[in-house]
Amino acid sequence: MKVGVVTFPGSLDDVDAARAAGIAGHEAVALWHADADLKGVDAVVLPGGFSYGDYLRCGAISRFAPVMSEVIRAAERGMPLLGICNGFQILCESHLLPGALIRNDHRRFVCRDQRIRIENNRTPFTTAYPQGAEITVVLKNGEGSYVADEATLDRLEGEGRVLARYLDVNPNGSLRDIAGVVSERGNVVGLMPHPEHAVEDLCGPGTDGLGFFTSLAAASFV
Amino acid sequence: MARYVVDGMPKREILDPQGKAVLGALPRLGFGGVLDVRQGKRFELEIEGEPTEERLAQVRSMAETLLSNPVIEDYEVHSDHHTVSELAHEEGRV
Repeated sequence: MKVGVVTFPGSLDDVDAARAAGIAGHEAVALWHADADLKGVDAVVLPGGFSYGDYLRCGAISRFAPVMSEVIRAAERGMPLLGICNGFQILCESHLLPGALIRNDHRRFVCRDQRIRIENNRTPFTTAYPQGAEITVVLKNGEGSYVADEATLDRLEGEGRVLARYLDVNPNGSLRDIAGVVSERGNVVGLMPHPEHAVEDLCGPGTDGLGFFTSLAAASFV
Repeated sequence: MARYVVDGMPKREILDPQGKAVLGALPRLGFGGVLDVRQGKRFELEIEGEPTEERLAQVRSMAETLLSNPVIEDYEVHSDHHTVSELAHEEGRV
């Protein structure tokens, strides 16, 4: 598949995301924030980083970048869309996913190898995992605390839309230990930890993250 | 030219870690009796022309789309020295 990776001003993990897509057998396509052009890709990754310096709110300005109008339109048609970390924040600001991400409750930046449980393996990015798989990937964020009102949280739980949950410790104060969520239609996925940093043995905590990218190959969506 | 102010505050039910940090620092500086601190944002916008209801509606729209996130923040819109309702009252529209 052709997997587009968007670079915003201040993106950090676009290169790693593209590399992960390549390792999983995809053709990574660089997309630019200022071009309203998806270059015919089959899926899009919004990578981590500090787009627009996290000014105003994380993801708030990126959400209105020219490329995002196309990304939102494609997502509404069912295209697989994965937002990692800052990408997750952008998806929440875009209202493609419910809730918001606020500053960690302990107010410190956190960087650790984090165990998470895959709670929904029916998305375009998680079919490679058994339901309930426990994997270890990198977590690194300052504003990763997932919040939403109780009714929204109940709905997410009831509809199986909690993508992943933190295990061992809750690293940032996320409500109900939520590490990632899925859109109502199931094609838009937001995740705070970084699977793209766990795809090779050379660095990172292992290769548990690769499944997010190999899942795409196994699936036919849209 | 008229100045408009948008004040944004984290919703009551949302944890405000920055306010908590300030709350923790005040007693260390000898300021006692502070029960809670909430930290928000203030935007000052200078817009051409006299203040009008249309302009206020426009600023409110800015607040809803970009300046605040309704999931976690509440906002209030004021013109320079008047609140929205005061201005509307002066213009005889309330």
